[in-house]
Formats: sequence, C-alpha cells, structure tokens
Amino acid sequence: MPINYYIFLSLALFCIGIIGVLTRRNAIIIFMCVELMLNAANLLLVAFSKMHHLALGVNFPTLASEAQVFVFFIMVVAAAEVSVGLAIIVMLYRNTHSVDVNFLNRLKN
Amino acid sequence: MGITAILFWFLSALAIVGALMVVVSKNPVYSILYLIITFFAISGHYVLLNAQFLAIVNIIVYAGAIMVLFLFVVMLMNLNAETEPPQKKRYLFFAGVIAGCSLMLVLVAALKSSAAGNQLVQMKDGDVGLISNLGRVLFTQYVFPFEISSVLFLSAMIGAVIISKKEHVHPE
Repeated sequence: MPINYYIFLSLALFCIGIIGVLTRRNAIIIFMCVELMLNAANLLLVAFSKMHHLALGVNFPTLASEAQVFVFFIMVVAAAEVSVGLAIIVMLYRNTHSVDVNFLNRLKN
Repeated sequence: MGITAILFWFLSALAIVGALMVVVSKNPVYSILYLIITFFAISGHYVLLNAQFLAIVNIIVYAGAIMVLFLFVVMLMNLNAETEPPQKKRYLFFAGVIAGCSLMLVLVAALKSSAAGNQLVQMKDGDVGLISNLGRVLFTQYVFPFEISSVLFLSAMIGAVIISKKEHVHPE
C-alpha cells in the first residue's frame, strides 16, 4: 500500500471529526469527535512508522518501535484526558441539566 | 487485488462510514456504538500493519475502557434523541460542514503530489510492532516518560474525583 492511501484515510477521519466538533452542540458528541481525531493521527503515525521501517529499518532498527511507543503515550494521555473531561461534562450537566455547549457562553461574562 | 488490499479497503470504508454515522446520529448512544465500530476498524488497520501491540491496546483502552465510560455517562444522564440540543441557527451547521470540507480539500490538494506519496508501507510483516520489541524500547529508552505517565494518571484520577464531587453547600 502506498502511504498516500493512509494519508487520505486519516485525513478523511480527521475532517469528519472536525465537522462533528463544528456542527454538533452535544458536549459528549463533541468530545467523541475529538477522540476520533486523535485516532486518525495515531493511525497515520503507525503507517509512517511502518513506511520508515521499510525504507530505513536496516540502518535504524529501533526507529519504528520508537514511533509506536509514541502512539502508546498518546493513548495514555487520551485516557487521562477522557476521565477529566467526562467529569467536567457531568459537572456541567449537574449545574445546567443540559449537555448543550452553548450554556458555557455564560463563562464569558 | 490481494487479500491485504481487500481488507484495507473494507476496513477503510467501515471506519469512514462509522465516523460519518457518529456525526450524523441524533441519539448519543448510537453515536457511541458507531464510534466503537470505527475504533475496531482502526484496530483492524493496526493488525494489517502488524502493529499487534497497538491493536490490542487500542481495543482494550479505547473500545473497552473509554467507550464504556462514555456509555456510562450517557446512560447516567439518560440522554436520547429528544434531549439532543437543537442547532437553532441553520447557517452555523452549513458553515461547519463547508469549513470541514474545505479543510479536507486543501489538505488533499496539498498532499496529493507530495514526493513521498508513493513510498510503500510495510503491510503484514516486519516485527517492530510486536510486544517484545516495543517493550524493550519502552523499558530502556523511554522508562522515564513511562513512569511520569503514572503520575499523570494519578493526577487525572484525583482531578476527576475532585471535579465531580458534589459541591459543599455552605450554611449561611
């Protein structure tokens, strides 16, 4: 598979995530779209690691492993982020009885 | 067209359709289930790239832990299609769709003719993604970030508990 296909697949997933963030007003769905964008980036990182392993793996044998460890750390940070973010959404729901992000407009004043 | 190419196209279609349905579905529970389908498709891509460790971690962490947490919160709040906040301004909806599509168009046009575009990706062989190799790198070179991430998890846990705790009502 040429790397182009993976680039375009990740691009499609990322842009769908962006459209979701821009158009939806449910805070949980916006959060899920952020997760989708993170996963698109992860997929592209893994594809690039395998591409570079094919091209440079003879000279740099740990190159691709380092890239995949990086993806692993992204997953770690995403898991921590989800726990805090969902706690914030639960607090928002408890205070406003809604998950509409437009309620957060009042933070401006 | 070999079996690898067929699987690639099938998983890509599954991921994109699942992602679209996440954005389109009115009911948040359906959105979550479609997102789980998308994550499984992405895990399938990792298996296809022979990144077995990441495939398993993706299923356990994302499809297993994170999506269950989402589902739990949605069911706790009892959200469904009726409680969905309506998009009152239609033009904002169209503006979002057009902005996202334009971004995609610009990026595709920019990356279409990149020099590295035809470089091949190693598909089903290569042992970089196996647990032994990743573990060796993780516990020698990256052992310090690994330990730091445990501190991150601890602080995230404390933060989640403190944020979601019921606020104390002060007696006046």
